[in-house]
Amino acid sequence: MIGGFGDIYRTLFGLELAVMFQYRAAVIIWLLGLVLQPIVYMVVWLRVAESKGGRVGDFDAGTIAAYFLVMMLVNHATFTWHMFEMGWRVRSGFFNAILVQPLHPWHRDVLQNVAYKVLALGVMLPVALLLAWYFKPTLDPPLWAAVAFVPAVLLAFLTRFFLEWTLALLAFWITDTSGLNNLYMAFVLIFTGRLAPLSLLPQGLQSFAAWSPFQWMVAFPVELLLGRLTPAQTAHGFAMQALWILLGFGVMQLAWGRASKRYSAVGA
Amino acid sequence: MMPAIRCEALSKTYRVPERDPGLWNAAKSLLHRRTRDVQAVKEVTFDVAPGEIVGFLGPNGAGKTTTLKMLSGLLNPSAGHVRVLDFEPFRRDREFLRQITLVMGNRNQLVWDLPVADSFERNRAIYRLQRGQYEHTLAELTELLDLQDLLRKPVRNLSLGERMKCEIAVALLHRPQILFLDEPTLGLDVTMQRRIRTFVAQYNERLGATILLTSHYMADVEALCQRVVVIHHGQLLFDGALADLVTRFSPHKTIVVDLEREGLDLSAYSDSITVEGSRVTLLVPKADTAQVTGRLLADLPVIDLTVEEPPIEEVIEQVFNLEAGGSAA
Repeated sequence: MIGGFGDIYRTLFGLELAVMFQYRAAVIIWLLGLVLQPIVYMVVWLRVAESKGGRVGDFDAGTIAAYFLVMMLVNHATFTWHMFEMGWRVRSGFFNAILVQPLHPWHRDVLQNVAYKVLALGVMLPVALLLAWYFKPTLDPPLWAAVAFVPAVLLAFLTRFFLEWTLALLAFWITDTSGLNNLYMAFVLIFTGRLAPLSLLPQGLQSFAAWSPFQWMVAFPVELLLGRLTPAQTAHGFAMQALWILLGFGVMQLAWGRASKRYSAVGA
Repeated sequence: MMPAIRCEALSKTYRVPERDPGLWNAAKSLLHRRTRDVQAVKEVTFDVAPGEIVGFLGPNGAGKTTTLKMLSGLLNPSAGHVRVLDFEPFRRDREFLRQITLVMGNRNQLVWDLPVADSFERNRAIYRLQRGQYEHTLAELTELLDLQDLLRKPVRNLSLGERMKCEIAVALLHRPQILFLDEPTLGLDVTMQRRIRTFVAQYNERLGATILLTSHYMADVEALCQRVVVIHHGQLLFDGALADLVTRFSPHKTIVVDLEREGLDLSAYSDSITVEGSRVTLLVPKADTAQVTGRLLADLPVIDLTVEEPPIEEVIEQVFNLEAGGSAA
């Protein structure tokens, strides 16, 4: 499907990148948040490990640093913001111009997302290297895991994108979705492993994360690059990602059909 | 010939929440949400032939924009049937969307932060236009709308008129067969209005495109539309030639006489008289026009006399007022 969209994707990606250049300051401010949060969690967990004789669970200082640095990069690669924009789009009539064009709106959002990620990577990577120099992470994955990390991040992005785009569509039914978004973000913080490695959570919460899409959106690629997964666990992770992507895409299409039927095309 | 646009008993009902003002009522609405059905369009039926330019008229809130949104696939009709180029618009089939365009006076397809040329490039990709055809059309639109100096300007730096010209150009880049133009000259100065009118007429002539146009400027309608569809309170009020609208809804004609001297009493000829020096304007029932004209010429020292239809704005206003008063024509 993407092949037929080659020219559209190339052109829109270039334009989205050009728009991002116009918002350099905003891009940097967003980045600060994305960088600071994992550093804070990392420092807290390093202190916890220190107070417990150097280890917490099966993590030592080096692996804690590695976990949160890789987490920072994976979270950057996979996060989306459309849930926070959709309400405005519905209320302002922004969709009117988009819906009469022969391209589903999610394509634009993917490209906008990727454009931001690519641009921000120019800052994110040096920051990650600087942090790595300071915190000295232990990162020594087997070659196959390092290779598998790349598609795992890509699939993690799609898992997260389709789920969050579908949730964003609730804006067609609910006037203000900010409360719901915050609740969802709390789930993301806990069950994607951003707050703490999932293995440090109580067993019940770990099981929930494993059956939900959350684990596969962020924690899975992180643990893969840390060399903490067996080939069998990795294969299971890819299968879960595939399942949630298919499910997410299907539900998104269904929800979009309902949402656009409900759309009242306000804003003249 | 199959019509380009066909609406049959097309209706749209919005469900809108409502509550009385005040804190107590706000609290009550948490438990019991009250809604009201508002019928924006009621069983509207009309056809538009390929290549036709039709003026779609009505006062604010008449249902014009809602109808255009249903025809362009933005809104799902509540009832009735609609076919555009034999497509069902709401399915938003890609082939359908490639053949239509919707231009709304206050909505834009332009990328706000980038130079205008980037928006053209984006639509080239989205509509999958061949490079050669794209460049040809772009050159044509640039010339017709005089866009040369605007292409490199960021959209946010354009004036309203410049932006509207660019909006129209970007919306026509894929050479649509059907144009839904909702107030395309809104807020523009007279020169720019004329330029856009000329352009729309040329586009229609060159491509045989079908155009449905709403405008509050009667000059747009008079210049472009042989036929008008009038809608009010969501209902179709009139569908026919512009001239017939005047005949049907204006029972009067205007007689303007220039007299040799001022101060003559013309009250015997009409109940509605406006005097400006030696020029007197009389409003007379259509059927009496010939007889009154004859009497004026016979009785008075007339230098010049003309018989005119009332201005179209007045007729339209009269139509809307009639309906507002509940006396349907």
